[in-house]
Amino acid sequence: MTHDFSNLRVDFPVLDQHVGGRPLVYLDNAATTQKPRSVIDALARYYERDNSNVHRGLHALSMRATDGYEAARVRMAKFINATDSAEVIFTRGTTESVNLIAESWGMANLKPGDVVLCTEMEHHSNLVPWQVITQRMGAILKFVPVLGDDAEGGLDMDALELLLTPEVKLFAFTHISNTLGTLNPVKELCAKARAVGAITVVDAAQSIGHEIVDVQDMDCDFLAFSGHKMAGPTGIGVLYGRRALLDAMPPWQSGGGMISIVEYAGSEWKPSPERFEAGTPNVADAIGLHAAMDYLDAIGRPAIAAHDYELAQIAREALGELPGIRILGPRAGEPRSGLVSFAFADVHAHDVVTFADEDGVALRGGHHCNQPLMKKLGLPSTTRASFYLYNTAADVDALVISLSKILKFFRA
Amino acid sequence: MKLVVHMSDLTDLYQAVILDHNKRPRNRGKLPTATRVASGDNPTCGDNCTVYICMEGERIGKLGFDGSGCAISQASTSLMTTQLLGKTLEEAEGIFKEFREIVTTGKEPEEFSEVAAFAGVHAFPARIKCATLGWHAALEALKQPDQPVES
Repeated sequence: MTHDFSNLRVDFPVLDQHVGGRPLVYLDNAATTQKPRSVIDALARYYERDNSNVHRGLHALSMRATDGYEAARVRMAKFINATDSAEVIFTRGTTESVNLIAESWGMANLKPGDVVLCTEMEHHSNLVPWQVITQRMGAILKFVPVLGDDAEGGLDMDALELLLTPEVKLFAFTHISNTLGTLNPVKELCAKARAVGAITVVDAAQSIGHEIVDVQDMDCDFLAFSGHKMAGPTGIGVLYGRRALLDAMPPWQSGGGMISIVEYAGSEWKPSPERFEAGTPNVADAIGLHAAMDYLDAIGRPAIAAHDYELAQIAREALGELPGIRILGPRAGEPRSGLVSFAFADVHAHDVVTFADEDGVALRGGHHCNQPLMKKLGLPSTTRASFYLYNTAADVDALVISLSKILKFFRA
Repeated sequence: MKLVVHMSDLTDLYQAVILDHNKRPRNRGKLPTATRVASGDNPTCGDNCTVYICMEGERIGKLGFDGSGCAISQASTSLMTTQLLGKTLEEAEGIFKEFREIVTTGKEPEEFSEVAAFAGVHAFPARIKCATLGWHAALEALKQPDQPVES
């Protein structure tokens, strides 16, 4: 039996408010999701009862904090189906996870003439770190093109075949495009990269909160995501890496917590995950993230994906009726994640967002951290509606009604 | 801190003058004879604006603009071109100071002025940079020495 999604908003205290005199319709979930009461309670409970520094501590609170922090790691390993919890490194979020790979793996492995492959639909967080490290190491950064005037064709798989040469040392790509709603064939991309000996980095920021993300099934080498896009707290994220790769990587940041022996002349590093978690870790938010995983799994991620992606399909269809709209990404009826990104030639995205806000509808307008793709599509900005488990078909109606009003106002 | 936005604020923001300038921008287009050119952009919005100026002695003889942006930025740049025509750098700086005062405080000037239409912007702090984008580009262009006309 599938879960009842009709009233999940009662689990989310922040949604119990009015904006512009109407109940808040929060459709900016691709930027960040709201947090259920259970996550907020877990954070408060930790600070009220267990707050202490982790590891090395011998007193009761420190042991409780350590247990809570490490239990979150074990829970996360299960959540993404990693074989070993040592493969789960807590970071600040997707951006820091990608930077960690670029700095640590990139500095140790990239040589002049090596190729790092990216795609044209990457968020800046999975693009700029590769620009920086390839420039520093004398390596070359190449991009898999996106097909179609509205990017409706997804990744150019023929071009990928040509681009995947033995010089490619690493292939970094997103699971779901935050700008287009495109679902990339992760398993296939990982297999193709592996065939030429390239390491794979999957940006799961837009998928982790919605669907099952199984690192063994994907057969990826690294996976990066943020807790705040999966009903968890801000300031915590994850880097998954294969144990063998992590053990061969040098530390990224150094200091306390990541060493086994320190002498004035030099130090020895702990193995993963501690090697990559210098300093006091983000204990509270790891514990909050644990509660978020429990919340999502109590509903069931396949059911969440079905719900969120269906809402986006309904929205795609309804928005398609608006005169003069240009919708990016997959065509109507084709697989699409839980978001729709669109533009009007005569009404700018920021005017749309300001007006929708008046109706209590929270949208995002801009380049969505995807400037090169927007430039390629000839768009200064788009408006994006993104859905989550607490949204309903009534929220899609509110969106369409608000947009119709805006168009009427500007086209009068 | 304002928690509730009322429709009256929104109609203040999108006054008739603004909608008119957005729909029918004045002096839109590149000036081939421009001797002073400057661009501005809001990287977070993706908005951009280039202002072209031809000087006649100390005064602005002609000016034009192009680029893309929201209704607020397009309208304020269009209105700016009508306000600065024939003005010296010092006069233009004075007019911009007044304009910035209006969009940041919402205080309308005592004498009637079309720029007063932008008073509603102050209730939307995120949009102040939209309203000043074209003005900043114009003042930057004005401060440059004359360049030879591009062939």
